[in-house]
Amino acid sequence: MSSSSVDGKDLVIKARGMGKNFGALKAIQHLDLDIERGKIYGFLGPNGCGKTTSIRMLTGLLTPTYGEVDVLGLKLPQQANQLRYHIGYMTQIFSMYRDLTVRENLSFIAKVYGIHGTTQKQRIEELLDIYNLSRLADQFAGSMSGGQRQRLALAAAVLHKPDLLFLDEPTSAVDPESRRDFWEQLFDLSESGTSILVSTHYMDEAERCHGLAILEAGIKRADGTPEALMAGMNANVIEVQSDRIRQLKEQLLQTPSVISAAQLGTRLRVLIEKDVSQPKEHLLSCLSNQEAESLTMVRPSLEDVFVTCTGEGRQ
Amino acid sequence: MNFVYRIQAIFYKELMQLKRDRMTFGMVVMIPLIQLLLFGFAINTNVRHIPVGLVDQSQTALSRILVQTVSATQVVTFTHQYASVEEAQNAISKQDVRAVFIIPADVSQRLVRHGSVGFATPPATDQETSRPIAQWLTDGSDTMIAASIKGLRNMPLAELISKSANRNTPTFEVTLLYNPEQRTVVNIVPGLVAVILTMTMIMFTSAAIVREREQGNLELLINTPLKSIELMLGKIIPYIFIGLIQVTLILSLGYFIFHVPINGSMLALAGITLLFISSSLVLGLVISTIAKNQLQSMQMTVFVLLPSILLSGFMFPYEGMPRVAQIIAEALPATHFMRLIRGVALRDVEVLTMTFDLYWLAGFTLFGLLLAALRFKKRLD
Repeated sequence: MSSSSVDGKDLVIKARGMGKNFGALKAIQHLDLDIERGKIYGFLGPNGCGKTTSIRMLTGLLTPTYGEVDVLGLKLPQQANQLRYHIGYMTQIFSMYRDLTVRENLSFIAKVYGIHGTTQKQRIEELLDIYNLSRLADQFAGSMSGGQRQRLALAAAVLHKPDLLFLDEPTSAVDPESRRDFWEQLFDLSESGTSILVSTHYMDEAERCHGLAILEAGIKRADGTPEALMAGMNANVIEVQSDRIRQLKEQLLQTPSVISAAQLGTRLRVLIEKDVSQPKEHLLSCLSNQEAESLTMVRPSLEDVFVTCTGEGRQ
Repeated sequence: MNFVYRIQAIFYKELMQLKRDRMTFGMVVMIPLIQLLLFGFAINTNVRHIPVGLVDQSQTALSRILVQTVSATQVVTFTHQYASVEEAQNAISKQDVRAVFIIPADVSQRLVRHGSVGFATPPATDQETSRPIAQWLTDGSDTMIAASIKGLRNMPLAELISKSANRNTPTFEVTLLYNPEQRTVVNIVPGLVAVILTMTMIMFTSAAIVREREQGNLELLINTPLKSIELMLGKIIPYIFIGLIQVTLILSLGYFIFHVPINGSMLALAGITLLFISSSLVLGLVISTIAKNQLQSMQMTVFVLLPSILLSGFMFPYEGMPRVAQIIAEALPATHFMRLIRGVALRDVEVLTMTFDLYWLAGFTLFGLLLAALRFKKRLD
């Protein structure tokens, strides 16, 4: 499959100023994306921030109101039909047939992609094995648990060996252990050369991605590797230990240089603007009652990045 | 070649889902079976045994014989007796009886002078002799009942007096072709094929696309290389077989239980039925691309079904309807199929001479299929 390249990078998705309006609602505004081949790229954002709309535009299901979209070297939405053979899409809502068995569902998808005969049989057996579905092969999809359904949906999405895989909140109905296994499978796919775009609202999942875009209210707030995002964050993080956290929090939120304060058990995680040169001292000076409080500078997490760059839209 | 696999994929999937849906699967057989038996026995335009009352003001042997003669026609059954006309009228309004037979006190005088008995042929202006023998009071709101009672107006009274009745020779001779015994069921059974197929075929496909959407499967389908025309064809083909099973069921039951003959060729019958099944399925598909949920698709199905029953010629002759109703009827596939199947099954018409109806059904199918395929967009906006 051909693809675009910018600055020598091999891109599977290139979007320039992509936007979508639903009537008066601006669902996506001027989104630029450069997603590299073979990487796992994440869309991180709260519900309703435009993750699904973006994915639908990138798969050719929705026509962008404006902007240019180029996926695997194909222009969208004009060449959407050609694109179908090269992408896989796991929808947010379980979209397999509930009244068909696992094997029947997979066989249906295979036939739709023109895979038949022994090739089909082998591929389905292979997938049942990889995704641990062999024992469930003759079970109805509707009677399976969230984790099992998710494995079936992933198996169906990769059945035709797509170059690019879209996963729309794949782990939202799944327990933590299944989530871990699921990500192992994503890394296996990535290892074998499949590019993956995954949307999520879990920080730990976002942290696993090679690249990340933070979306809020249809606008991209940040873009980069999780490490770069954390390093380049426009705030310092200080943890305050105290017995009277609630009052402390109220007090700190009054201070203009404090971006946010979140309680973690007996600690308070305070984000303070980067241009404050001595954050610890500054914070101490803000506290009227300075007894028994210990302050520590800590490493920023992805959640801190998220809070810092999405703050303005929320107020 | 890939398009064959894709249509086949949808085809198998539909069959599999239908097989799992026990209720629907049962309905495929039960709907034609029960409806045929029900309508075959129930729909009867020859009304018999209408419950009627009697007001006998004469109370003579003659009046009793008159009542017996009327009963012998089996058109009416005397169930009540009333003392006065007022009482009888109340009974009609309460629907205890549908009509009342009033025998006047001077019935014997009226009878001997009456023209139908034939002692004389007096001029109609003669007050004395043109008086009727007795009177019927009838609930005229039901025209079927009224017509049957009106049929008794000229009943011969030959048995009443041992003299042959002075009957008129008919002006015209009427020969009844194709259904000389005048059995309603002969006309009903082929018509039922049209009605039942309209109902089941439209119903099956009108839910087809809507159900995929409601259960979230549509997002899966539109992400695959499946083309909309392939999806439409794959959805139709399994139900064509089901339609053929239903037709076979109706016509063979009609033949064995109601002795409705199939005079025309089986090949022609299969041909026109196939055409009608396809057009009904396609109509359902079009509905399915318009409806947003299964309830809406159901409502639209009924919207098409009722005129298909009432205007297609199944219940009332097409020729008797006003022009506007005829135009509406022409738009329905059921009307054309009604003509075709009655022509082929009852009158052994050479089907290829009925080109208008054939072309119309074929055109409807093609146009509908295109419309459904165009309306079904592989996009979400």
